[in-house]
Amino acid sequence: MSTRRTVFCNARLIDPASGLDAKGGLMVENGKIADVGGRLFGDVDRNDPEVIDCKGLILAPGLIDMRVFTGEPGSEHRETLESASRAAVAGGVTTIIVMPNTDPVIDEPSLVDFIRRRAEATARVRVLPMAALTRHLKGEVMTEMGLLKEAGAVAFTDADRTLSNTRVLRRALAYASTFGTLVVGHAEDPDLTAGTAVNEGEYATRLGLPAVPAAAEVMIVERDIRLVELTGARYHFGQISCRASLQAITDAKARGLPITCGISAQHLALNELDVGPYYTFMKVKPPLRSEADRAAMVDGVASGAIDVIVSSHDPQAADTKRQPFTQAAFGAIGLETLLPVALGLHHSAGVPLGRLLGALTSAPASILGLPGGRLAKGAPADLVLIDPDHPFLLDPDKLHSRARNTPFEGRKFQGLAVRTFVGGETVFDRSADEAR
Amino acid sequence: MSPATAVPPILKSNHLLGIEGLSVAEITSLLDLAEEYVALGRAKEKKSPLLKGRTVINLFFEPSTRTQSSFELAGKRLGADVMNMSVRTSSVTKGETLIDTATTLNAMRPDILIVRHQDSGAAEMLARKLDCCVVNAGDGSHEHPTQALLDALTIRRRRRSFEGLTIAICGDVAHSRVARSNIHLFSKVGARVRLIAPKTLLPVAADRYGVETYTDMYEGLKGVDIVMMLRLQLERMTGAFIPSTREYFRYWGLDRDKLAHAKPGALVMHPGPMNRGVEIDSAVADDIEVSLIHEQVEMGVAIRMAVLDALSRGLCAEGRNV
Repeated sequence: MSTRRTVFCNARLIDPASGLDAKGGLMVENGKIADVGGRLFGDVDRNDPEVIDCKGLILAPGLIDMRVFTGEPGSEHRETLESASRAAVAGGVTTIIVMPNTDPVIDEPSLVDFIRRRAEATARVRVLPMAALTRHLKGEVMTEMGLLKEAGAVAFTDADRTLSNTRVLRRALAYASTFGTLVVGHAEDPDLTAGTAVNEGEYATRLGLPAVPAAAEVMIVERDIRLVELTGARYHFGQISCRASLQAITDAKARGLPITCGISAQHLALNELDVGPYYTFMKVKPPLRSEADRAAMVDGVASGAIDVIVSSHDPQAADTKRQPFTQAAFGAIGLETLLPVALGLHHSAGVPLGRLLGALTSAPASILGLPGGRLAKGAPADLVLIDPDHPFLLDPDKLHSRARNTPFEGRKFQGLAVRTFVGGETVFDRSADEAR
Repeated sequence: MSPATAVPPILKSNHLLGIEGLSVAEITSLLDLAEEYVALGRAKEKKSPLLKGRTVINLFFEPSTRTQSSFELAGKRLGADVMNMSVRTSSVTKGETLIDTATTLNAMRPDILIVRHQDSGAAEMLARKLDCCVVNAGDGSHEHPTQALLDALTIRRRRRSFEGLTIAICGDVAHSRVARSNIHLFSKVGARVRLIAPKTLLPVAADRYGVETYTDMYEGLKGVDIVMMLRLQLERMTGAFIPSTREYFRYWGLDRDKLAHAKPGALVMHPGPMNRGVEIDSAVADDIEVSLIHEQVEMGVAIRMAVLDALSRGLCAEGRNV
């Protein structure tokens, strides 16, 4: 069997896991990274067909997006694994973690298997399913976490639902910790949140929209931290959105609890005022918060207190978004804007590139126990070539998702994915894509 | 001098409420006495007149086949009059309190009351209120002393000594009175006890008992001499403490594969009744080379005869202590 080899030269290598940020090169053999380092391959023949000249652009591990909703199975008109994967590669994302709140709910080992096989057959990126924490996401009966984990579930979550029964949650966490498996929680008090559409505050009052206070998130964060303390479960808050939540999580981490948290790119880039004149693409869960909270979240990413940035990609069809604000569906797509939003924080808020890329690669990999997310010998050659400075205006018609509900229409960005590789193979090339 | 006072006393207390309050000497004497009743039970003439004229009441608030019939047989072999009262036929279903039921029975002047109740501490409450001997035949999630004693007798007959033995108690430890009594007993007599269960079924602060805890059967069974399986209370477990019985069997059900990780020659016990294919595989349960399950039942009768014998030695020869 012949060895398939590709050499990347003239790259700015950024590997957040090791702290590497240097000019150098990387070699891929049979889908895995065979060599990587500063000053490597400086004198290689750049016309060799096996050589890719990175022209000084950033070569980083492909992004791992820990929070992606698709419509497969059950709502394929919104998004399939295939269409989500096309959006992913265009955004430099090489692994997507898909949520279990599909129809049917992913709460059976055979359904985990279905997602994996379906992704294998259709998707261009690695697709890893999370399974439901409770059967049918009803918050009553825990799922078969052992069998689901063996089938390939990487974590357990009730997606965008918060368990209200603490007895069930306690037992589910204790049971999960038996298998050392990760539980991902959503923090929005179900009763306080019911029927609301935006963040409680002056602007919501002016709009006359039903609103939920940030405290609805904080109290669940604090509650769940207590249950983690009781059970020893590994726990990840899928996305938080306000300063007080972050404070509680920071304190819990300082006490040595196995807790991590994520934030969506929308919540780093937008605030409650972006809802503007009832713009339903800004209706997300949890709601966009105050500018003070948004700024605190950016600081949290910069300090490392927030571990992971996710797209929270949630494709919605026009019929569910073209509605009065309170009736419109929640959710925004984000796979293709994840990297540009993160790079924006580097350009405008001075967040170090290594920190931002770490929250998109090595941090989710280590939380989920994945082999990727780093530039290291033996790691899968999932890579992204990034032009950190390329300016563009976001045109929803150029996005690859089946859905169009981006909150960033017309927004100016600086920096994007130029080329994406999964297992050493090119799965996206912007120059070819723009010629389509 | 009546025969009852001619033999040396075994128990300091007038009741057998749990293993926790027993000394090693009391446990050893009960096991030694039970050996005599094993021999009697294997003889053609299985009866002794020791409790002739005495009244033993079996008061069972929870359904039981094995323990109740074992006590009944033990009492009858010792010549006592045995009356069975179970909850379905008692006036407890008509709203009578436990104390009222017990004092009513007390007025019938029994010598020994054997009680099983779904609430922890019920046997102790009766012992305080009544003036007959009380034997705890299982109270809630607290203790089931005769089960632990019969388990100990079964093991001692196979292994001679408890010193240096490692005993794994597997399954629903959190709700098990059998597990609690066994933990007390085997810790007292010098064996090492391990608990193996999913975290939802491990009792809180189990380490304070001086036992080791494991969640992985393969790891926990390493080097184990005796594997004690517990019954999974299916009716209240599924969904609450474990997701399903098929998952439970996959990770905590004892099959040949998991048993192979224990010490060669390891023996398997189960207090019964078994859920085959849930906590134990039939291939293991029915393997007479490793399974002590039927022996446990035989030892159960002998132990209960020994307990009735021991308690009767404290009874006044002329009648009850009033």
